[in-house]
Amino acid sequence: MSFQTFVQQFFNGVSLGSLYALIAIGYTMVYGILRLINFAHGDVFMVGAYLFFYLVALFHLPWYLALAGAMLLAAGVGMLIDRAAYRPVREAPRISALITAVGVAFLLENGAIVALGARPKAFPRPAVMTQVYQISGANVLGVSFWVPVLALVLLALLLLLVYRTKVGMAMRAVATDMEATRLMGVDVDRVISYTFAVGSALAAAGGIMWAFKYPQIQPLMGVYPGWKAFTAAVVGGIGSIAGATLGGFLIGMVEILFVAFFPMHSGYRDAVIFALLILFLLVRPTGILGAPLKEKV
Amino acid sequence: MRGRLETFLTLAVLGLFALFIAWAEGNLNPYYQRILNTAFVYVVAAVGYNLVNGIAGQFSLGPNAFMALGGYTAALLMLPLTQKQMVWFLQPLVWPFNAFSLPGHLFIVALLAAGLVAALGGLLVGYPSLRLRGDYLAIATFGFGEIIFVLANNLIPLTNGSLGIKAIPEYTNLWWSGGAAVATLLLVRNLASSSFGRAMRAIREDEVAAEAMGINIFRTKLLAFILSAFLGGIAGALLATLITTISPTLFTFTMTFNLLIIIVLGGLGSVTGSAVTALIFAFLQEGLRFLEAPTRIGPWLVPGIPGMRMVVFSLLLVFLMIFYRRGLFGRSELSWDLLLRRLPGRRQSRAPHL
Amino acid sequence: MHLTSKPRHSSEPAVPVAASTDPWPGPLQASAEAPAQPLLKLEGVSMTFGGLRAVNDVSLSLRQGELVGLIGPNGAGKTTVFNMITGHYKPTRGRIWFAGQEITGLAPNRITALGIARTFQNIRLFKGMTVLENVLVAHHVRLQASLWSALFRLPAYTREEEAMRQQAMELLREVGLEGFADAEASSLPYGLQRRLEIARALATRPRLLLLDEPAAGMNPEETRDLTAFIGRIRERFGLTILLIEHDMKLVMGICERIHVLDHGVTIAEGSPEAIRTHPRVIEAYLGEDEEA
Repeated sequence: MSFQTFVQQFFNGVSLGSLYALIAIGYTMVYGILRLINFAHGDVFMVGAYLFFYLVALFHLPWYLALAGAMLLAAGVGMLIDRAAYRPVREAPRISALITAVGVAFLLENGAIVALGARPKAFPRPAVMTQVYQISGANVLGVSFWVPVLALVLLALLLLLVYRTKVGMAMRAVATDMEATRLMGVDVDRVISYTFAVGSALAAAGGIMWAFKYPQIQPLMGVYPGWKAFTAAVVGGIGSIAGATLGGFLIGMVEILFVAFFPMHSGYRDAVIFALLILFLLVRPTGILGAPLKEKV
Repeated sequence: MRGRLETFLTLAVLGLFALFIAWAEGNLNPYYQRILNTAFVYVVAAVGYNLVNGIAGQFSLGPNAFMALGGYTAALLMLPLTQKQMVWFLQPLVWPFNAFSLPGHLFIVALLAAGLVAALGGLLVGYPSLRLRGDYLAIATFGFGEIIFVLANNLIPLTNGSLGIKAIPEYTNLWWSGGAAVATLLLVRNLASSSFGRAMRAIREDEVAAEAMGINIFRTKLLAFILSAFLGGIAGALLATLITTISPTLFTFTMTFNLLIIIVLGGLGSVTGSAVTALIFAFLQEGLRFLEAPTRIGPWLVPGIPGMRMVVFSLLLVFLMIFYRRGLFGRSELSWDLLLRRLPGRRQSRAPHL
Repeated sequence: MHLTSKPRHSSEPAVPVAASTDPWPGPLQASAEAPAQPLLKLEGVSMTFGGLRAVNDVSLSLRQGELVGLIGPNGAGKTTVFNMITGHYKPTRGRIWFAGQEITGLAPNRITALGIARTFQNIRLFKGMTVLENVLVAHHVRLQASLWSALFRLPAYTREEEAMRQQAMELLREVGLEGFADAEASSLPYGLQRRLEIARALATRPRLLLLDEPAAGMNPEETRDLTAFIGRIRERFGLTILLIEHDMKLVMGICERIHVLDHGVTIAEGSPEAIRTHPRVIEAYLGEDEEA
């Protein structure tokens, strides 16, 4: 592989990884608090992309406003899902919540098929994303450069929120010990609701940037990225935001490098991620940064 | 006394069932025969699936993958050699499948092989993910399903890729599907009510306490999971030799989703419940086809909406979980004991005398 | 019951050897063992969670037939000690022996099979299963019949199942729960749930029974019943018992020796009389005002 291709692939991997990281954070935050795999999270990613699409198509908003608007609306969707579907089963056996999550995921996917059509739609890309940059003699597409930058900005904002605000402190407290936090007078349901909002907004951002990168959107676009992002969360150490980020970048890199080295086997790129998941479950189930999940005895 | 009566009643019902199959095989119209066949395949798959999710309480999302493994195995074993040459025209079929094909009277061998291959797949996913507490099984089985899809699409010398395999001989008839459904039902019921089943249910109720009772949690979960994969493989093989054409899209996650609805509606943990709702579901699925077909409402012609059935089903699933978590049967089984107790004059108190 | 006046000679078998038809042969044979060797021994055991040291360098030993209390203010590390003995936690330092065999870090189910059973602070019954089934689960480890015989309901299996049921019913009779055999465990009143949890532990045929706050949430009358009950099963099954409890009346009434933890370390050990007046114990308990 020449140096130029390496630079190209590197940016490619970083941008894909940053997208996985954005989605993985939502999974890991919800899992950290509720021990729930929010299967619908990948579909909120899809909803975000569609929201952006319609904000641009119907209201002709500039892309950054449409991005912010879609994130806000997706946050609402996340809160609504939590309120309508997950909160009623919170006290039920855990398997009920997981099944509900699968139901919500299917509802979003098929609801989108029914309401918006199954056919892919061409996605409006802002000009900066299609511009070609020269970096170390390599041609790097705007998305490959701007997507990681945007993702890092969002990540920084998230860290500010989680570690520097009262809401963030409440989130961390609920994740550590929900009952104790409740006893201290914190409205736990509200904190959970905010967690869904934050996770969903990040997923929407991920979906939109995904569509900047692969400019076609369709109702099932969230399924694979969603599953891979969850795998990233597991690999990084479920429950840890830093772990999700790290896992996201790792998975993105592995995927891109695999395709770069074995282009004729690119059909197996998902199988490689699966193998990585199984390997981690066998060798280091707590993930790179995770602490063992303690069950109260 | 009652034990003997129950055995007699069971045998009587089995006899009636056999009579019905004998009649249906010759006389029922082919459309209904087909739905009934599908329904019986669903019974096998759903009862097996419920063993993991309902009885052992572990959340698996893998039955579509195991059905795919079973379906492809059966197709590779049973497809006649001449047909194999026609199907694999892009790339030749891999050895040893290009060298032989099983004759019809060895269909049972193909079924068992399908089950074993699926069970092996179950071991591959279950071993790493069931050692751990938490929901790793869900994510690993979901991933496994996607991987099987990827492999089915890409391993052309084995699967013929996205074109699939056509003209598989139609061996599945009501005897096979009905027989498999009854056998599955009886065996899984036996297992669930045995000491092994009790250990599985104990894990579902409280893993820590079950371990403190001396139960080897990992082995018990793995047993449930592998048996369930085995049954999934059988169901997949029956399906392949029923609809005679398989391709990767037949075994997508939608299949798992349907089975999930069946076991939830029947009551997670109720073996007979899953069997009953599997039958209902197969007919319901046909009955709801109108949702996706163009309909005339008054003067307006409403175009069919593809995907509408799945919307209805996913809403149904969420509503069931929120408002009717027990499903139709809860965790109880449809049993002679229960039916006999309902008979007038034989009523006896089940409430503990406090 | 006459347990408070029990002589403290641990070398004595706690129970007269029962007839050979007894369905609980396990613990009774154990009394033949050399009295000098402790049944359970913890040696410098520590447990750290993240940076938090929950248990620090605790040593403890129980002789065959003893009834020892493990007390201390909330958060002293008592349940953590239990969890290390039963294998739910692997100690970060130190070693644990049971009946002369090292059990440090073994899986909980293996430790149960060796003869240690426990109850939990927050009752952990198999709620959706019947009372009888709760007890039957403990028999699964001893099942001889194969999976195949269970799948096909062969006589080899049904015979064993029948025998298991009889033994389980016998145990339920023994503990006074036979009338509830078919009731769902969660439908029992609280006191009986505690009792069922102990019965379930007994069904694993332990030599050592660990009881984690068995009287928690009970009124004085229920506590009295429970005290009598513990004494009875101890005799009947020849048990050695380690008991965590906050109800001082119960602890002082039946324990022969008491081990006191505070902030993860042993602060005192000795007879109930000695503990009652031990200055460090008084200090530890006075420092905590929510403790009754």
